[in-house]
Amino acid sequence: MKNSLNTKIPEGPLSEKWNTYKKKAKLVSPNNRKKLEVIVVGTGLAGASAAASLAEMGYNVKSFCFQDSPRRAHSVAAQGGVNAAKNYKNDGDSVFRMFYDTLKGGDFRSREANTYRLAECSANLIDQATAQGVPFAREYSGYLRNRSFGGVQVSRTFYARGQTGQQLLLGSYQALMRQVNTGKVSLYARHEMLDLVLIDGKAKGIIARNLDTGNVERHGAHAVVLATGGFGKIYYLSTLAMGCNVSAIWRAHKKGAFMANPSWTQIHPTCLPQSGEYQSKLTLMSESLRNDGRIWVPKDKNETRKANDIPEEERDYYLERKYPAFGNLAPRDIASRSAKEQIDEGKGVGELKNAVYLDFSRALKEYGKDVIVERYGNLFSMYKKITDIDAYLEPMKISPAAHFSMGGLWVDYELMTTIPGLFAIGEANFSDHGANRLGANSLLQACVDGYFVLPYTLQNFLADEIKNPKTDINHPEFDKAEEAVKKQMEGFLATKGNKTAEEFHKVLGSELYDKCGLSRSKEGLEKAIENIRELRKEFKENLIVPGDASEVNSELEKAGRVADYMEIAELMCVDALQREESCGAHFRIEYQTEEGEAKRDDANFCYSSAWEWNKDPSTPILNKENLTFETVTPSVRSYK
Amino acid sequence: MKIHLKIWRQKDSQSKGGFKEYTLDDVHQEMSFLEMLDTLNIKLVKKGEHPVEFDHDCREGICGQCGVMINGIAHGPLKNTTTCQLHMRSFKDGDTIYVEPFKAAAFPVVRDLKINRSSLDHIITSGGYVSVDTGQAPEANTIPITNEIAEAAFDSAACIGCGACVASCKNSSAALFTSAKITQLELLPQGKKETRKRVVAMVNQMEEEGFGHCTNTEACQVECPEDISVLNIARMNYEYNKSKILN
Repeated sequence: MKNSLNTKIPEGPLSEKWNTYKKKAKLVSPNNRKKLEVIVVGTGLAGASAAASLAEMGYNVKSFCFQDSPRRAHSVAAQGGVNAAKNYKNDGDSVFRMFYDTLKGGDFRSREANTYRLAECSANLIDQATAQGVPFAREYSGYLRNRSFGGVQVSRTFYARGQTGQQLLLGSYQALMRQVNTGKVSLYARHEMLDLVLIDGKAKGIIARNLDTGNVERHGAHAVVLATGGFGKIYYLSTLAMGCNVSAIWRAHKKGAFMANPSWTQIHPTCLPQSGEYQSKLTLMSESLRNDGRIWVPKDKNETRKANDIPEEERDYYLERKYPAFGNLAPRDIASRSAKEQIDEGKGVGELKNAVYLDFSRALKEYGKDVIVERYGNLFSMYKKITDIDAYLEPMKISPAAHFSMGGLWVDYELMTTIPGLFAIGEANFSDHGANRLGANSLLQACVDGYFVLPYTLQNFLADEIKNPKTDINHPEFDKAEEAVKKQMEGFLATKGNKTAEEFHKVLGSELYDKCGLSRSKEGLEKAIENIRELRKEFKENLIVPGDASEVNSELEKAGRVADYMEIAELMCVDALQREESCGAHFRIEYQTEEGEAKRDDANFCYSSAWEWNKDPSTPILNKENLTFETVTPSVRSYK
Repeated sequence: MKIHLKIWRQKDSQSKGGFKEYTLDDVHQEMSFLEMLDTLNIKLVKKGEHPVEFDHDCREGICGQCGVMINGIAHGPLKNTTTCQLHMRSFKDGDTIYVEPFKAAAFPVVRDLKINRSSLDHIITSGGYVSVDTGQAPEANTIPITNEIAEAAFDSAACIGCGACVASCKNSSAALFTSAKITQLELLPQGKKETRKRVVAMVNQMEEEGFGHCTNTEACQVECPEDISVLNIARMNYEYNKSKILN
């Protein structure tokens, strides 16, 4: 175990750290910027905003995404909103309060200085997005409107109907395309990064595959930025897009970038349940539904009647019973875990007994249908579209689903990984949310990293790169990396077994959801590690991928992604096993209070686990970043 | 239920394509249309055949990446629904379903049902933005926009860029897509001052990409998953003519 991580947090009081950094950061003159090249992988909010901002400054940017257009990145799917400490409501909000809510929401497992900077830069984002033409909700007066969101007591959430992510992404996508028009950004859509290239220990380029032609390409630069999102799709059934994956950050990890807290995954409580083996995705329903919907299961686990036929006294409104103060609005991790408890006890509802009811009958009686239509009409019609059930007449069925990765590549205050010249931004890094992310903070972090942090910190790095020539893509390190990538693909094609990558993915996902999901135990995690090793072995021997590598081949793409999932899955279990406490989304059943709440252990686990690759997925090395709280004192997170 | 499929197969943009027939015996009503294709693909792969390639990503109707012609209709029989949100309960046991890619000169086939829609990106690149750099923005509330205008701008901004409008148009026109962006930015004070330049650039780019002209059949709005209004096109034409005269 080592403790050698340099966080590079600036000196001084919390509120002055970012200013101090900006004052001292090195600059690159406009003349020199055009000599420098930057690769940005991913075009979601983090990647598009970073690529556009850097190009506006005068750097030459190469932007990559695996989708057919940068506008498709999964930031597009975020519904609820984006937080900012504007205090437009005059209800007592401030940068400090927002920082504290985020830190507390993350169960005091994030880095104070980064979390503070997130809150500090939040207001700028609303200005920037508004200037780009993002149609945020407005009051009739014409000023911006806010609403409240889970886990906080002020109204600081800005939103654009139920499509805030889409509108913010289109704003940054348009900024990116404007730079494509100026020639400062070269766009590589339908390109997947397959490896990172290091020269003399520094990140100097990537190997990417053109998914339309199968060509394996080399791209060099003075620095590489990974903005490749989260990897909740590892659970197979998740709220993520089908293409979301861990490959870019995992392959960077295998080249030396540390991976922090990989097991911390947020499981979202209000998703549509699985209806059959063929299911590919669990659609998320905005958690705003919990404002008026009441969650319950039948008291009797042998219940066979329809929901509406079960009398009031035979229903268990378990969140209202267990958390009288917050009730149905308990934070995400608590709501999800409670649902799983009920389902595990056999009280789940629906054909597969894998859901709980979300009931609007009382709200409908109290406010009338018109009010409910106005508040949730689009969600009710989405529910009807997918399930063919009219939720005005009977309760919805919902269940928890994997959603957001709090873990990711370890980065310092500058968002640089342990590889010099390799930066990670947005959900791909680990820094701001601790062990649980608050609602409406994910869009914010992606934007703040890309628009307002990286342009300063990357420049500080590039200032020392001016003297270095353009990266030579004929360097032997490129040869080596390209060869390894090709060899891996040939291996997949040559296996000729009889199980598809997706079939392996489903088995792996359900194993992880069961043993390294909402609740974890020593026994379960040890068993999972054993099973994952077994599955990884089978994957090597029994995978089937048709066709070849020189054509459009979606099965080959999936095989590469699943191969990486097979490796990080073990690290997730090792990470969860090593952390003998419960915090946020990480709930170890051995570490709970008498009332069944998470029991944090600040004396022994007040650190981020930064794992180092060591030749093999089964022998990772733990490095610790001790978390020191200079400004706040960690308290017990109670929502009772 | 049993479903017969006639699916367009085409190895690459240069090859000649054609329909191939498949039959699935175990289709569930709750399956989405794409999950039905997943089921077919697992069967094909296990036989060592190449799966049917199709575009998709979020599978919740917002990314705009999916989209095929189902029995000749873009995104299939349901109104305001993307292909990924269509479920098999919209079909009957024994049905035959024709599945083809969105077809347009500006959307070359990449493989099977996968197409290249970068022409739509090029239209945005030519002027579909507000020219503001990071850091230049004024305080957000210094640009008041009435609720009515903001909501109208949103109606246009809701376009997901799937290309169903182009596929549904007998002229393969991208007028609905292009006009929605022009209208959103024209309605907002932030974007208004660039309208003249923007509308000319975007309309010219649309022609350069090989999209056809709009002849007001209004088929595009009927098949649009977001129900984007054809009134956007009227506004684009008005702004275009105004710019041509004033420039």
